[in-house]
Amino acid sequence: MAKRIDVKDLDMYYGDFLAVKGVTMTIEPRAVTALIGPSGCGKSTFLRSLNRMHEVIPGAYVKGEVLVDDQNLYAPGVDPVGVRRRVGMVFQRPNPFPTMSIYDNVVAGVKLNSKRMKKSDMDDLVEASLKGANLWSEVKDRLAKPGSGLSGGQQQRLCIARTIAVKPDVVLMDEPCSALDPISTLAIEDLINDLKSEYTIVIVTHNMQQAARVSDMTGFFNLEATGQPGRLVEYDDTQKIFSNPGQKATEDYISGRFG
Amino acid sequence: MSTTSAKPRGVHDAPRYGDRIFAGAATGAGVIILLVLAGVAGFLLWQALPALTASPEDVRGGKGLFEYIYPLAFGTILTSVIALVIATPLSVGIALFITHYAPRRIALALGYVVDLLAAVPSIIYGLWGVYVVAPASVPVATWLSNWLGFLPFFGPSPSASGRTTLVVGVVLAIMILPVMTAVNREVFLQTPRLHEEASLALGATRWEMIRQAVLPFGRSAVISGAMLGLGRALGETMAVAIILSTAVGVHWDIIGTANSSTIAADIALQFPESSGLDVNTLIAAGLVLFFITLLVNMAARWVVSRRSEFSGAN
Repeated sequence: MAKRIDVKDLDMYYGDFLAVKGVTMTIEPRAVTALIGPSGCGKSTFLRSLNRMHEVIPGAYVKGEVLVDDQNLYAPGVDPVGVRRRVGMVFQRPNPFPTMSIYDNVVAGVKLNSKRMKKSDMDDLVEASLKGANLWSEVKDRLAKPGSGLSGGQQQRLCIARTIAVKPDVVLMDEPCSALDPISTLAIEDLINDLKSEYTIVIVTHNMQQAARVSDMTGFFNLEATGQPGRLVEYDDTQKIFSNPGQKATEDYISGRFG
Repeated sequence: MSTTSAKPRGVHDAPRYGDRIFAGAATGAGVIILLVLAGVAGFLLWQALPALTASPEDVRGGKGLFEYIYPLAFGTILTSVIALVIATPLSVGIALFITHYAPRRIALALGYVVDLLAAVPSIIYGLWGVYVVAPASVPVATWLSNWLGFLPFFGPSPSASGRTTLVVGVVLAIMILPVMTAVNREVFLQTPRLHEEASLALGATRWEMIRQAVLPFGRSAVISGAMLGLGRALGETMAVAIILSTAVGVHWDIIGTANSSTIAADIALQFPESSGLDVNTLIAAGLVLFFITLLVNMAARWVVSRRSEFSGAN
C-alpha cells in the first residue's frame, strides 16, 4: 500500500545533457504531491524517474537515489519491470490499448503478472477497479466494447482503473487533465481526492488552480536560465506555497508574473 | 467600378485549373486501372472459352479441363502455403528484431540486407534452389521421413535430388521475405509511443510490451504483408519451373520424387510447344490462377476489416 518516497540528490540526464539537477525531496504517503513549473523545467522528467520510465528513452539515465520504503529503486540488480509494477503511471494523453476491450484494458497489467486468475476473481477486480476510478456505472453494460470508443475523460479514468488494478504503492500522474474538458477534469480531481486515502500520489500539472485544489504538498521546478538544468526551487505545504512562498521565483510564477 | 457587380469577398468566378487538372488526372488513373483489370479478365475468359467448351478427350491429358487444372491449382496453393508458413513468423521476427531489439547500426545494416534480397531476380533464386537448397534438403527430408512419416506430407521415399515441393516452398519463402519484412518493419515502427509506454508503465517486459502494444497494432498490416507475399508466391514462375521435378496428379508428399506442378510454372514450361486448344487450356489455367489471387486478396481484406472496431483507427 501507500509508501513514502525519499529522493536523494537525483540528477537526470539525456545522453550528455543534464536535464534536472540535484533534486532532494520526501514525498509523503497517503497524500497528493503536486509538481508545478514552466514548460521544459524537468518536472515530467523527474516524475518519470520515479518509476524508471525515464530510461526508456535511448541514452537517458539518472544518478542518485530514489528510496521507496528504504529500498533504492536504482540500486544495482533492481529490475525496472518490478519497479513499474509497484509505481504506476497515468499519462498526459489517455492511452487505453485500442485493440482491447474495456474489460481487457483494466486487467492488462494484472495479466502481465501471469498469475492464473479465476474468472470470477477477475470480474470482481474489474468491477472494483472501475468503481475505484468512478467509471463503473458508465461502462458496466459495455465492458466488451473497445476502450477507444469512450470519451477522453472516460478513457483517462479507464487508464487510472488499469493502473490501480495492479495495486501499486504509488500512482504518478503526468498532466492527467491537460487533454480533458473542465467537467472531465473535475471528475478526475474528485477521483484523485478519493485515491489518496490508499495511494501515494504525485501529479505534474500546468494548472495552478488544480495544484491548489488537489494537492497537500507542492514542489516548484524552474530553470535558472535557458540551457541550464532544471531544479527544485521550493517544496512545501501547498497552502504555504500559494499564500506565502519562500522564494521570489515561486511567487512570480504562481502570481503569473513569469513564463 | 460601376460595371463590376458587388460580390462578397472570397467568391470569384475564376476557374481553378490546377484543381480541375488534378481531379481529372486522379479520376483518370482510377478508371485506367479498372479498365486494365477488366481487359485482362475479359481476355482470359475469351481465350479460355474454347477449352471450357471442348469435349474432355480433346483437352491435354485426355480427361477434361477440370482434371488437368485442379492438380496444378493444388500444387500452386501447397507451395505457397509452405512458403507463407515459413516466411510469416520469420518476417515478424526479423522486423521485431530490427525495430525493437537490435542496436541502431545493426538494425540499419540488417534492413538494407533484407531490402537487397528483394532485388535478386527470381531466376537466381531458382538456380540457387537447384544447386544449394535441393542437395542440402536431402538429409532433412530423410529425417522428416523417418520421424514424421506418419504425416501425409512426408512420404516413405524422399527424393534423392531434393527437387521437391518442400524446397520450392523454402525458396519461395525467401523470395517473399523482403516484402513481408518491409511491411512489418514499417508498421512496427509506427506503433504509438503512448501505447508502448502504457504497457511498460504497467510493468511489462520488452516481450510483453511487444505482445500487448506492438503486435495488436500491427496485426492487420502483418496480414496484408502476408497476402502481398502470397500473391507473389502464387504467381512465381521461374524458380518453380527450374527446381521442381513434377508429375501429373495431386501429391500430398512434399519430399518425394513426384510433385504437383504449379499453374504458373506449367504455363511457362508448356506454352512454347503448345498450339490450338492446348493454348486455350493453358489460358484457362491462368484464369483459375487469376481467381485464386482475387479470392486470397478478398479474404485478406475481410480478415482485416472484421475487427476494424478494435484497430485503433477510431
